[in-house]
This record gives sequence, structure tokens and C-alpha cells, in this order.
Amino acid sequence: MELIEGLFSLIKQGVLLLPKTLLPAEIYQRFEIQLSILIGITAILIFAPVTMLFLTWLERKVVARMQKRYGPNRVGKFGVLQPFADGIKMFLKEDIIPLAVDPVLHTLAPMLIVVPAVLLFTVMPFGRDLILVDLNIAILFIMSISSIETIAILMAGWSSRNTYSLLSSLRAAAQVVSYEIPLGFSLVPVIMMSGTLSTQGIIHAQEGGWYIFTPWGVLGFLIFFLSGCAEVNRSPFDVPEAESELIAGFHTEYSGMKFGLFYMAEFLGAFAISAFGVTFFFGGWLDPIQQLTGVQVLPTWIWFMLKSYVFVFVMFWFRGTLPRFRVDLLLGFAWKYLLPMALINIPITAMWHFLPAGPIRWTVGWIVGGGIIFGAHQAFTAKRLKRLYTAYDRPTRPDILKANASG
Amino acid sequence: MSQDLAWSTLGLAGLFAIIFSTLPIAGAFFFRPRKSNPGKTASYECGLHPKVNPLLHIHIQYYLFALAFLIFSIEILYVYPWAVNFKTLGVPALIEMVIFLGVLLIGLLYAWKKGGLEWN
Repeated sequence: MELIEGLFSLIKQGVLLLPKTLLPAEIYQRFEIQLSILIGITAILIFAPVTMLFLTWLERKVVARMQKRYGPNRVGKFGVLQPFADGIKMFLKEDIIPLAVDPVLHTLAPMLIVVPAVLLFTVMPFGRDLILVDLNIAILFIMSISSIETIAILMAGWSSRNTYSLLSSLRAAAQVVSYEIPLGFSLVPVIMMSGTLSTQGIIHAQEGGWYIFTPWGVLGFLIFFLSGCAEVNRSPFDVPEAESELIAGFHTEYSGMKFGLFYMAEFLGAFAISAFGVTFFFGGWLDPIQQLTGVQVLPTWIWFMLKSYVFVFVMFWFRGTLPRFRVDLLLGFAWKYLLPMALINIPITAMWHFLPAGPIRWTVGWIVGGGIIFGAHQAFTAKRLKRLYTAYDRPTRPDILKANASG
Repeated sequence: MSQDLAWSTLGLAGLFAIIFSTLPIAGAFFFRPRKSNPGKTASYECGLHPKVNPLLHIHIQYYLFALAFLIFSIEILYVYPWAVNFKTLGVPALIEMVIFLGVLLIGLLYAWKKGGLEWN
């Protein structure tokens, strides 16, 4: 067990053996930290594309099964080599730059969109000691880095000189900035209760119990996950890429590897949102069986991956089942429902903190907190529900059937 | 890990991320075919020839949402430091923060009432 737990640090030691034997001991001592950092960065840069390739295959397979199709099954066993085939195909495609576009911005946009997606992985706690940078303001870093993607999307849409691309990029900008607010406020309860902005610190604060088991944790996670799906333009919030209205959205004019980079950024973002949702609310790499019984069955990094992939699967599930939002409903959902709910969540967290720990907190906290959340939900959705039910003529039973039923 | 080391690692990671995102395009430069023709270099748009300059009309609605975003994203920056020190600051800071969030909520309600959050 210890061997598998420390597998990656063993690999690091193994790789470090090479410069240790080659370089003089003095120089090696001087540069040991720098070398280990370089190995860490390399590991992230290997992990990111592998995750992306696996997720593209998984999404096509999962969505295909939901639509009663087989999905890719020709290249390799179960089609596992399909993403590699796609990658090679994209690599060998001609890079078409239309005459009308702004060539500099057109080329820079796909490069810029991948950088923040990769940088998110540097503060991700994969295991007990498995994190590249244990930053003390990690949450602030995540929030600031992830909003760079808006600029890249705007660059892509603006430089394409194409009505639909521009419309799509403006919509994407409006959507991403709207959903960033509930995303930011949904993390405030987590910071309040853990007292730190560092990802590892938040996980250690959950050793007494995951945050998802509290009323503010449930509400916070739902807001975080939904706004996260909207941040990375996943279905059902994929209005910017609505292929039935906007051709392909902001990447209509892209071909070859540039298109591939947009694709990569979307999947890396989807994984990052699931992974950070797990980190903040589901105890990250904490082993639930070990927390209950004290026996460690699986290494921590496997637990992290398992939990993350559950939510990646939920995202694919969304795509397989839910229809796309309309633009006005999409923005209304962020400003008129998620944001007030996220603000209400903060006093509930404060109440939870000031209640005495133990059974009183669990009963009073859940009843009062749950009651407030349910009441607020009813209040914020009442108008919408009323409109929904009055907008359509509800089907009534024809008289002849009524007569038959009564007779 | 000291924070100086953390930030320099992040800077290095950013540099490597830029190289990482450039490599696929730079690599494809050596392999891709170059058979251009006027049909290929025309804007695709929706398959027909574009008729208007697309950069002419941008709806004013986007600016309203951008303004609302600006206000609230600055508010988040005020709330985070309080949230980190919530347990040590105790009740007085909580009451202040509730008042602060209340003012924020009134602003949101004002924008809501004025129709700034409606999409036309």
C-alpha cells in the first residue's frame, strides 16, 4: 500500500538518479530543487493531454451509449485508440487562415486558451503529497486564471470577422462573467469554515467530515458545479457553441491543430471543475473508508481520481439528457437564482459555525438551514413556475372520455 | 514549501504552458499540406458568402452585464479576506459583513427592478 501511495515520488527519485550520477555532487546539490520542480511540471504537462485524450474517448462512448449507439469501436479495442487517430488527423490537416481574419489574433487565441487550462492543474491536490504548488491563495489563483479564457474566446470571435463567431464570443463572454459571480460566492462558505485559501489546507480541514454533509455544503456544491459547467461552456450551458443556431460558435473559422487546442481547453476545464468540486466539498483525496474504519484500502491519488471521474461522468450525463438553455433564461438563472442563493448561503454557514458542535448542530443546523434554503428556492422559482404553467394550455380530457370514465 | 518558491514554480509552469500550447501548432507547421485556393481562404461563416461587416453591431445589453459583473467581482475580493479570518473575527465582523452583503443585495434588486438583468 505504501508503495503504491508513494509511487510518484519513487518515480521522481528514479528520474533524479540520472542527473545524480552524471553531474558532480556539488552542482547536483545546488540544483536539486530546480530539477525536482522541472520533473513536477513535466508530469503535469504529460498528465493534461493524457486526461484530455481519455476524456474525449469517454465522452463519445458515454453519450453514444445514452443515445443507443456504439460510439467509436473500430480503432483499437473498444475504440480506445480513436483519440490518437483524431490527434494525428488534426496534426496533418491544412491550417486554413481565411483572408478576412486578423491573422495574429486568430493564431494567438487557441494558444492563449490552453495556458490557463493547464495552469489550473498546478494547484490541484492529486494526493497526500502529490501537488506541484501548495499555494496559500490557491482559490484566488483559480478564480483569476480561469477568467483568462474569456479573453481568448473574445479574441477568437473578434478576429474571425464572421457574424456568428462574434455573436458566439460575445455570448460566451456574457455567460462566463455572469457565472463567475455565483462561482466565487459559492466558495465563501468553504473558506469561512476552513479558514484558508490553500487547496491542501481545505482538504485537511475536512478530515472531521466532508463539507457536502452540511446544508451549506450541499447548496454550495450545487451552485459551484452548475456555474462551473457554465464557465467551461459544457452542455446544457453551451450556448456559445450552439451548433443549431451559431454554426460552430467561436471556432467556426478554425481548422487543424488550432481547432484541436480549443477542444483540449474545453475538456481540461471540465476535468478541472470536477476535480476542484471534489477538492472543496467531497474531501479531495481523503479516503472515506479510512475515515470511517481506519483501514486504508486504496492510495489517496486513486480516491481523488475516482471521485473526480464521478463528476466528469455527471457532466457527460448532462450532455446526454438535458436540452440547451435559451440565452435569456441562461443569464437570468445566474443573476436571479444562483447569486441570491449563494448570498443566502453565507449567513447559513455563520449560523452553522456558531451552533455548538455535536448532535445539536446536526439537527438544528439541518432543519433551520434546510428550511431557509428550501424557502428561498420556492420564493425564487415561484414566478418562473407560475409562468411555466400559464404559458401553455394544459391538455384537458375531452368530454367524451370524461363521460366514459364517469359512466 | 515557501511562497517565494511556490510563485517561481508557478511562473516556470506558466512559461512551460505557453511552450506546451505553441508546440502543436509549430509542429504541425512541418507536416501540414499547403494547397490554398480562393474557395478555402474565403470566410466560411455559414457556407454562403458573408454580406455585411460583422463588427458593426454589438448589443448594449452586453455592457450592462459587464458592469454588473465588475461590481460583484470586486465585492468578492472584499469578502474573501473576511471569510479567511471569519473564525477569529467573530460576531461583530459577521454583522458588518451581513450589512455589506445587504447593501450588495439592494444593488442587485435595483438592477433587477430596473430591468438591467432582462435579456431582450
